[in-house]
Amino acid sequence: MTETLVSYSTIAVYSAMAIYALAFVMFALDLSRRVAAPVAAVGVQRAHADGSTIVLEKVDAPAGVTNAPRYLRAAMALTIMAWVLHVGAAVFRGVAAGRVPWANMFEFTLTATAIIVGVFLAVQFWQDLRFLGVFVSGFVLIALGVATVNFYVDVVPLPPALQSAWLVIHVFVASLGTGFFALGAALSIVQLLQARRAAGKAAGLRFLDTLPGADKLENMAYRMLVVGFVLWTFTLIAGAVWAERAWGRYWGWDTKEVWTFIIWTLFAGYIHARATRGWRGSRSAWLAIIGFSAVVFNFTIVNLFFKGLHAYSGL
Amino acid sequence: MASSPLSDDTPTDSTRPQGHFDSPETIQQPRLGVVGYLRFFWRQLTSMRTALFLLLLLAIAAIPGSLVPQVSSDPNGVIQYKANNPDIAPILDQLQVFTTYSSVWFSAIYLLLFISLIGCVIPRTKYHFDALRARPPKTPARLSRLEGFTTRTAIGGPAEAVAAANALLRKSGYRTEVYDNSVSAERGYLRETGNLVFHTALIGVLAAVGIGGGFGYTGQRVIVEGYAMTNTLASYDSFNPGRFFTDAALEPFSIAVDSFVPTYEIENVSALGQPIDYVANVSTTLRGATPQKATIKVNEPLHIGGTEVYLLGNGYAPVITVKDMAGNVVFSQPTACLPQDANLRSNCIIKIPDGLAQQVGMIGFFYPTAVELSDGTLTSSYPDSINPVASFFIYTGDLGLDNGRGTNAYSLSLDNLTQIAGGKSGTPAIRLGVGDVADLPNGLGTIELTAIPRFVSLDVHHDPAQAWVLLFAVLVVIGLITSLFIPRRRVWVKVVESKNGTLTLEYAGLARGDDPGLDAAVAELADRHIDQLGAATSTTRIRVKP
Ligand code: HEM
Repeated sequence: MTETLVSYSTIAVYSAMAIYALAFVMFALDLSRRVAAPVAAVGVQRAHADGSTIVLEKVDAPAGVTNAPRYLRAAMALTIMAWVLHVGAAVFRGVAAGRVPWANMFEFTLTATAIIVGVFLAVQFWQDLRFLGVFVSGFVLIALGVATVNFYVDVVPLPPALQSAWLVIHVFVASLGTGFFALGAALSIVQLLQARRAAGKAAGLRFLDTLPGADKLENMAYRMLVVGFVLWTFTLIAGAVWAERAWGRYWGWDTKEVWTFIIWTLFAGYIHARATRGWRGSRSAWLAIIGFSAVVFNFTIVNLFFKGLHAYSGL
Repeated sequence: MASSPLSDDTPTDSTRPQGHFDSPETIQQPRLGVVGYLRFFWRQLTSMRTALFLLLLLAIAAIPGSLVPQVSSDPNGVIQYKANNPDIAPILDQLQVFTTYSSVWFSAIYLLLFISLIGCVIPRTKYHFDALRARPPKTPARLSRLEGFTTRTAIGGPAEAVAAANALLRKSGYRTEVYDNSVSAERGYLRETGNLVFHTALIGVLAAVGIGGGFGYTGQRVIVEGYAMTNTLASYDSFNPGRFFTDAALEPFSIAVDSFVPTYEIENVSALGQPIDYVANVSTTLRGATPQKATIKVNEPLHIGGTEVYLLGNGYAPVITVKDMAGNVVFSQPTACLPQDANLRSNCIIKIPDGLAQQVGMIGFFYPTAVELSDGTLTSSYPDSINPVASFFIYTGDLGLDNGRGTNAYSLSLDNLTQIAGGKSGTPAIRLGVGDVADLPNGLGTIELTAIPRFVSLDVHHDPAQAWVLLFAVLVVIGLITSLFIPRRRVWVKVVESKNGTLTLEYAGLARGDDPGLDAAVAELADRHIDQLGAATSTTRIRVKP
């Protein structure tokens, strides 16, 4: 029974990866084909009232689709398909193990990447961030590749220290936070490109003309990152509560605790940077990127090579 | 985000919080005097830029402690690291890298940060109290420059239109003020309140950890099944009192370990022997009351009289009985063996200074499920006690217990000892199963493996501030959410009478901080207002989205 479910899970992961790869190509094609619509006026014109008639024009740079909607639509459809398989893989794995599918590095990568894509798909309802598809599908593809090749472990029961409701809460919220940090960092990268292009330095990247300007991107990144920050703050506290139960102290500067703290401090720095003269714009964008790099570092290097109590990679 | 000339209260722009100062861009006056300098440094320290700098510095300063083992969490790792890196270890030691998080430099950074924080929160709190009592500011002359500007037309009296707008805004939680033919409204003071709660609660967390934690203690104790401990200083194997600890903090309780029941995986072949559950069944007695049965598990500590008892480790404590040639028992007690791997291959030390012809020391090796490797040595292949075997290296000579220096129960100093069994001694090591008896070499006596109870290692914690830390942490989250997601905004409604008798209604807003929903809110206000007034003519509804 367990083996059957695990094999379903494995098949689902590999299929999802294949489809993410296709989606990645489509997203990339979309960006490469994008050219700003020739008539696109840029900027918002304020209302002007004359007599009793009001003329209000909203003319934004057409964010998104102009010449190549087909590729983008195909890419999104593929992403959704891959995501369904991806979630299925995580669910099969969880059912096979009889618990939440995030108790070792393989499972954690599988589930966290599903959450990242889930966040990416969900925010589309609220803001068109499809242009980040290349980043998201590429990132998730690489992560899943590393997970299946290097992190894979068989289903094993939970060691006593992990048998806790906090495993469900703490780790899930951390993954959710990671999803928002990932999108925020991706937006910050585009923001930096956009700022360079505005300064006349990134001449080749013509698709940038079809994307929002650096200021808009900065605001969007900020909104992602503050949500991520709140979730991360909660992760930190939930981790401390759990550590108190499992290890007998709520904070002990264990390597993983240290890095969680560093990440938290970096993003607190990011939020302050946005309110500090001279730090808005590119500098705070760099901070966001450094913060997300620290998240990735915390998950990979710290888990695998640093010694500490969080020895749950299963490797 | 409009930066506008309208800020009535601060000279800084509206996207910035009120009541804090930027560091001066240039140092203006060379002659400041002592007070002047102090004020200058205080301003520097409490500036946003300094806070940012200190935050980033704190993040960087935390890194070395994760690269190098720490005395607090991994003392053996520190010893090993020093042995492996004799060149840089002394330098790192000098720099307090092995105690990063209590080092002078790390402490300096966070203390400066918190002083800065206090210096920042106090004036802002005062400012906020004033702002809470202030009236919303005068309606700006030209609303069209502001965000979300939109207009509607209606017929009717201007006074009613103003009154309706006023009522509507109040109902939506705005504080309002009517100026001539306009309403000025502001909401979202909670945002700043949340921000202040957040920052103050951070100070609370630090204070609770730093001061409250000092009244507590932590202690470790190894207890063998069938044995008990009382909560007194003397009964701990190791004990770390807080700075303000007194004996009064030790609740008078005792804990007897009746049994320890581990469960190991036996079916899943890829996880054979992996621990699934550890349960310590104990009897506790608090202040002489009747004993109570309880269990302690990982993740389920025992609460007893304001103290927490955690199950942190376990292992085997074989009972070794040594008799002299005449058959008199000279030693018979369980000895906790330290586990060396996941299958609980364990090592222990036995010292018998008296009763035999010579002082005897033993290094014991315990294998709960012994298997012989190809080279003849033993190892353990499963953590439960299926084929338990103990083997002993035996030494005679001077155990070094008489010189008055304290010695470590878990180590044997071989300097003045001669090996008489095992290793290169020529005599094989003594191997025993449960109940086996063997002769000691040199006619010293006999040794028996009598029983193999298990031991648990308990961590006892008392931290009166823990609940405070949690309370402040919860306030941190609440404050954070409030301050990040509650929009702080100003909205104005202005009624202008046209010559033809209709009213032109103007609406606009101003964001204070990040406020993605402002335009939509202004438009909605306009719609609801016009709905209330009814009888609208030629209303143009166009929403503006930036
Ligand atoms: C332990 C150090 C600090 C931490 C962890 C921290 C963290 C934060 C966080 C997470 C926020 C965003 C959430 C909110 O608005 O409440 C914030 C905002 C803010 N902090 Fe701090 N802070 C610290 C120290 C300081 C200091 C020393 C100052 C004074 C200079 C300060 C001034 C502010 C201000 C003015 C804001 C509002 C910024 C905005 O609205 O975007 N903080 N802080």
